Amino acid sequence: MKLLVCVSKTPETTTKIQLTADGKDIDTSGVQYIMNPYDEWYALVRALELKEAAGGTVTVLNVGPADNDSIIRKGLAIGADDAVRIDVTEEKDSLFTARQIAEFARGKDFDVIFFGKETISYNASEVGAMVAEFLDLPYVGDAIKLEMEGSQATVTRDIEGGEEVIEVTAPIALSAAKGMAEQRIPNMRGIMMAKRKPLEVVTPVDYPDTTRIASYSKPEEKGSVKLIDPENMDELVRLLHEEAKVI
Amino acid sequence: MVLAYAEATNGEFKKVAHEIINYAKKTADVLGTECHALVLGDTPGAEDLGKYGAGTVHRVTSPHLEGFDAAVYTVAIADAAKQLGATVIILPHNSTGKNITGRLAARLEAGSVAGANAVPMMKDGYFTVTKPVFSGKAFADVQLLTDVKVISLAGNSIRIEELGGDATVEDLTLELPAPKTKVVKHQVATGRVPLPEAELVVSGGRGVKGPEHWDVITDLADALGATTACSRPVADSDWRPHHEHVGQTGVAIRPNLYIAAGISGAIQHLAGVNNSKTIVVINKDPEAPFFKAADYGVVGDLFEVLPRLTEAVKKFKG
Repeated sequence: MKLLVCVSKTPETTTKIQLTADGKDIDTSGVQYIMNPYDEWYALVRALELKEAAGGTVTVLNVGPADNDSIIRKGLAIGADDAVRIDVTEEKDSLFTARQIAEFARGKDFDVIFFGKETISYNASEVGAMVAEFLDLPYVGDAIKLEMEGSQATVTRDIEGGEEVIEVTAPIALSAAKGMAEQRIPNMRGIMMAKRKPLEVVTPVDYPDTTRIASYSKPEEKGSVKLIDPENMDELVRLLHEEAKVI
Repeated sequence: MVLAYAEATNGEFKKVAHEIINYAKKTADVLGTECHALVLGDTPGAEDLGKYGAGTVHRVTSPHLEGFDAAVYTVAIADAAKQLGATVIILPHNSTGKNITGRLAARLEAGSVAGANAVPMMKDGYFTVTKPVFSGKAFADVQLLTDVKVISLAGNSIRIEELGGDATVEDLTLELPAPKTKVVKHQVATGRVPLPEAELVVSGGRGVKGPEHWDVITDLADALGATTACSRPVADSDWRPHHEHVGQTGVAIRPNLYIAAGISGAIQHLAGVNNSKTIVVINKDPEAPFFKAADYGVVGDLFEVLPRLTEAVKKFKG
């Protein structure tokens, strides 16, 4: 099986997001970056499990600058066979990113193209679906289970208040959510081997911007908390009704 | 024209459809244009969608729309938008929308914003949409630069209002491809409102001390008519199902009321819930960081406070 796992770089989960003085950008000074958790914990690990069970290769792909190589190497350390970085130095939007991935993957006969459910930075859940459309592939978003029998895939996806089971023939694209696999921690041998695995750098294709982030803002700070006597829950109910007007 | 994809929920038009049409109508008002709705399948009640702001409802029926296949639905929405001359297409940012929005934007090569939380505005001459980013730690104002634009709206982002009367329903005929996927099981638990749409949420953390004590959470949720949720350690310990996990790597929610009991309030948890309109924190540790993000706080033992609150809610509801 030939598997492609697309990974993003995101700020580490405990990062406090600060804006630049003009509010036009995120202040990236001091921000630590990681592989997007959905990409690493669920998409990559499930791809590795399928390879271990049925043979094949797992390629990790990132669209971004050379700084991202450390994240790509982590993917290799966890067990991917090789890696590709499409060399894009600026921050670009979903459609641009998807176009790069689609143009790379076109004609390469990947059986499954994996994405994480969403990035924890832009939370859009768009790139996987866009790549699927560009390549005319079936796509299942928020997949929590994937079983493969040859080219027959059975995918379970999260829906509001339940789940749906879908049968589809590879090639397919999907986004992986919690439940798909369990996080793996790279061991020393994996980290050493990762240094020798191939990482190909690919030139991007031209594509126009379709969106632009004009500015950022932060949520309004909460005022100080109003403490309620634990003996007097009637008072809390009254405040929720009369003051907050939520019940 | 602004086209709202009005999704039926289990065979009925419910909050998701009403919210999308309302939002589309408000978007149309900003642009000085009309709002139409698109329905896929012959769900009853299409004419009532006028009440939420759709002047005309376009209905497409096809055997290929019976099981959900994102590629087929994308063709239907894209072709309808082209035939009808829609310049903005609005979808819900839910499990259906997340399968379609990206495909649709790619098919139409349209600029898109997924998970918007406010009505678009014209700002500095650009059509601009605000959305939460970094799991709610910030907001981004995104300019859409293409003639055709695609927006998906995060659940419970706008208050639903009546904005019109009856709509005329017109059948639209489209050539649709056969689906490549087959839905073999579709299972939905009835009862509680799904978390991303919920207006009231009661959530428990490690402080609840185990699944056998969860009655204190569910009793309050039942009394309020709320949806239950939990923190990541609770889901990771399998005390509660994964789909109840709210936070940065779980579900992001924006209810009117979020009650958190026995949750300390790590930054990853706050990221998924801090767009809630009102937050109540119940914790026996007065130093719990969650109190800093709360509107109302109760310092006390949740096993005493929650049953008392449940009784108070029941008394209030009479």
